[in-house]
Amino acid sequence: MSLIHKTAAELSALMAAGEVSAVEVTQAHLDRIAEVDGKLHAFLHVGDESALEQARAIDARRAAGEELGPLAGVPIAHKDVFTTVDMPTTAGSKILEGWRPPYDATVTGRLREAGLVILGKTNLDEFAMGSSTENSAYGVTRNPWDLGRIPGGSSGGSSAAVAGYTVPLSTGTDTGGSIRQPAAVTGIVGMKPTYGGSSRYGVIAFASSLDTPGPFARNVLDAALLHEAFSGHDPLDSTSIDAPVPGVVEAARHGDVAGLRVGVVKEFAGDGYQPGVLARFRDSVELLESLGAKVVEVSCPSFTTALPAYYLIAPSECSSNLARFDAMRYGLRVGDDGTRSAEEVMALTRAAGFGPEVKRRIMLGTYALSSGYYDAYYGQAQKVRTLIARDFEAAFHQVDVLISPTTPTTAFPIGERADDPMAMYLADLCTIPANLAGNAAISVPCGLADEDGLPVGLQIMAPVLGDDRCYRVGAAVERALENRWGGPLLSKAPAL
Amino acid sequence: MPYDEALERFEPVLGLETHVELGTASKMFCGCPTAFGAAPNTQVCPVCLALPGSLPTANAQAIESTIKIGLALNCSIASWCRFARKNYFYPDMPKNYQISQYDEPLCFDGHLDIEVEGRTIRVGIERVHLEEDTGKSTHVGGATGRIHGADHSIVDYNRAGIPLVEIVTKPIEGTDRMAPEVAKAYVTELRELVRALGVSDVRMEEGSMRSDVNVSLMPRGSAEWGTRTETKNVNSLRSVERAVRFEIERQAAVLADGGRIVQETRHFHEDTGATTSGRSKEEAQDYRYFPEPDLVPIAPAAEWVESLRAELPELPSVRRKRLQNEWGVSDLDMAAMHNIDAIGLVEATIAAGAPPADARKWWMGELARRANESGTALADLPITPDQVARVTAMVAGGALNDKLARQVLEGVLAGEGTPDDVVSARGLQIVNDEGELSSIIDQVILDNADAADKVRSGKVAAAGALVGGVMKASRGKADAGRARQLILEKLGVTE
Ligand SMILES: [Zn+2]
Repeated sequence: MSLIHKTAAELSALMAAGEVSAVEVTQAHLDRIAEVDGKLHAFLHVGDESALEQARAIDARRAAGEELGPLAGVPIAHKDVFTTVDMPTTAGSKILEGWRPPYDATVTGRLREAGLVILGKTNLDEFAMGSSTENSAYGVTRNPWDLGRIPGGSSGGSSAAVAGYTVPLSTGTDTGGSIRQPAAVTGIVGMKPTYGGSSRYGVIAFASSLDTPGPFARNVLDAALLHEAFSGHDPLDSTSIDAPVPGVVEAARHGDVAGLRVGVVKEFAGDGYQPGVLARFRDSVELLESLGAKVVEVSCPSFTTALPAYYLIAPSECSSNLARFDAMRYGLRVGDDGTRSAEEVMALTRAAGFGPEVKRRIMLGTYALSSGYYDAYYGQAQKVRTLIARDFEAAFHQVDVLISPTTPTTAFPIGERADDPMAMYLADLCTIPANLAGNAAISVPCGLADEDGLPVGLQIMAPVLGDDRCYRVGAAVERALENRWGGPLLSKAPAL
Repeated sequence: MPYDEALERFEPVLGLETHVELGTASKMFCGCPTAFGAAPNTQVCPVCLALPGSLPTANAQAIESTIKIGLALNCSIASWCRFARKNYFYPDMPKNYQISQYDEPLCFDGHLDIEVEGRTIRVGIERVHLEEDTGKSTHVGGATGRIHGADHSIVDYNRAGIPLVEIVTKPIEGTDRMAPEVAKAYVTELRELVRALGVSDVRMEEGSMRSDVNVSLMPRGSAEWGTRTETKNVNSLRSVERAVRFEIERQAAVLADGGRIVQETRHFHEDTGATTSGRSKEEAQDYRYFPEPDLVPIAPAAEWVESLRAELPELPSVRRKRLQNEWGVSDLDMAAMHNIDAIGLVEATIAAGAPPADARKWWMGELARRANESGTALADLPITPDQVARVTAMVAGGALNDKLARQVLEGVLAGEGTPDDVVSARGLQIVNDEGELSSIIDQVILDNADAADKVRSGKVAAAGALVGGVMKASRGKADAGRARQLILEKLGVTE
């Protein structure tokens, strides 16, 4: 098997054993990017030289007998919202074209410390707003399973890069499903940690109270290794939780559901759900039962109001978070010809620099926060948020984890929902509750839909700081299914 | 309209919002230093420049300082409260929102007692909250120095993110004609209180304390408040007083003419003492406040708040009462000392060994006069309490008399060194040589035969002229008491 098809854990073992160098691993992936990224367009920036330089440094340290971390020398790609001192960071927006951050995000810095080799930055919906990467100012990313379809979003570049074997690991951010949904529709693993479990420092904000950095990988163990490598309290992020990181790697190594109480969210089925998605979900339920889990149906009535609440809270926060893009200190500046006022330059820059979806959400949020409307919109949405957290709490009295399909449908064709924001927003129907309540949730592949042969994701949701449960259940499902399929689901994807 | 006429027809209602820059070593939401006067844009980082991805973390010292201010102002302290974002676009505000507090202030519902013309007035405190300062814009070109009409503007972000405490009074009613003095006395008292707490050096001239002054008028007999104006960023005690007075006169004239007061912000002009119209609040900004999601709520533990309360230093008003008793001075004298900021100087002079009466006499007399003449604050005179104490000691020891002492003070103020330096350099010792004094007296008696005869004939009061002659002849260096004694002896008169 070639290097690009190996998991991060396998690459790490090979490098530790001296069978392959970090430079060889890096070069293999850079070659793969050169070969297929023209079709996928997963990357916005590839740092060939800097990557090889990092790889050489790792090899030198290893040769010097230095004790290295479990992911040293393993290539990674970062969603282009994580600041990187050695690469541009654009958030997929024209307004930040060419911006070079003077500082690393905490996640970037920690992974650099851990010796991971940064290959590049991946495409996304502008400012992480979207479910398809079609909102990127730099062109759409394509799904490795079907180049005519979306790779999910907003972290679609990161999912496509991993599913396309151009990198074994990548980072994403999940505000309403932006890691889990792309993972589901590309047949890989994507985890949204507990809110506050991963640092937001240096992550260009979309919605501060929801944004959660997390890992993409081709299997559960790799995701857990990456999760562990960047997690832990960060004094630079006030909302970062000062508590030990749940034992995610341990859980991923020992997937087991015997005696586990699993709740099926009753509300996430019915109209709008693709039959093939529901069929694979039912298979997963049966599988869990066969593995010894006790599966019950659980009702979370407030989950049906999560989507509208989300589309008030997230735009409200983003309308304020994106106010800083004003042409004064960095990024695009339009109309500064000496005749216009600062206000005019700000307005012209924002008009030219933001795409239509970003403008739509800024306007929605500005409206929702306006005096006289605040209580009816933002205030009400916060109440819904409390109800959702209570539903989770009540459910976790009965069960250890909750499960649902990750997305109502498989990957849809590029362009299909581009002019229909509501249809686009429905892609996040099942993932949003965990963001509103701050819970941990993972998506693992659970098969292909019969009607289109495209991957389906199983979402496993756990209580706050119960991230290890996601990995424990995910690993058990993965092992059983891989036994049944004779390998990972991704091996069924067509060659690029 | 003249002030007196305005007050005959209208009653003023005041409100003050005072911003105090805290003296923390680092900024409110990042680790940048706060020192004043650094080169522009050298005390900045990703957080206070609002670079994409950066996040604020709250300065615990600033929270503690704010609670101390709240406690000293008799406020309740919130057991749980949040920061809020105040959204508006302005080039000197890097995030285009200010992290402030909205409906959940850290401290609320307190009061501050002030004294004006012998009356104690209780000013209600609505709230004390914590927020961050903006950067500083300089508008280049244009006539007004304001953004409109400027050719271009330059922004210094060193100030962006410096912790600011905002102290908001409840409406202050019933001040009547004392309104300007009340406003000034409130800001003065607040400044002293903040200083005493050691949470800010409160240098108004550096803008580290500035007040927004709200004034409205209601016709006598009416119970309904008028429309208020808000004069922004008034940054000296005297300006606070002038701004209130100006607004009372201006608003009264408008109302008397049948006009109406526009709710607006106004600018105060130091040079003319006038206020001019700024931005109208009737086309009000909607700040779209919402709880700051990047920061966790502040939840000060009750025990901690109580320990801060227990550690509060003696507050200025309490200290003044104590000193007044110790020194045995009248309310009026105390108020006079307070008015020119002399209390601390007098206290330090006493601590350096001077008797209270003498310390007060020199600071409130000769030194106050000289400060007034040169237009400087008393504390800024180039003389220390220790030096004043040394002069009083020399007078008490008989080495100087008051006239010589004044010359010594003059020498010190002129930069001639310590009191001892001045005495020796200027030769200001009292003449203690009996022989020299005796011969001066003999000469004076000869020169003033008429006066001498009067004394001889029993008109002892006439000796004053002879003493004066001796003092003049000795150029002030004689001991007047001893000279008088000798004169009477020589003329054979006893008292
Ligand atoms: Zn800073």
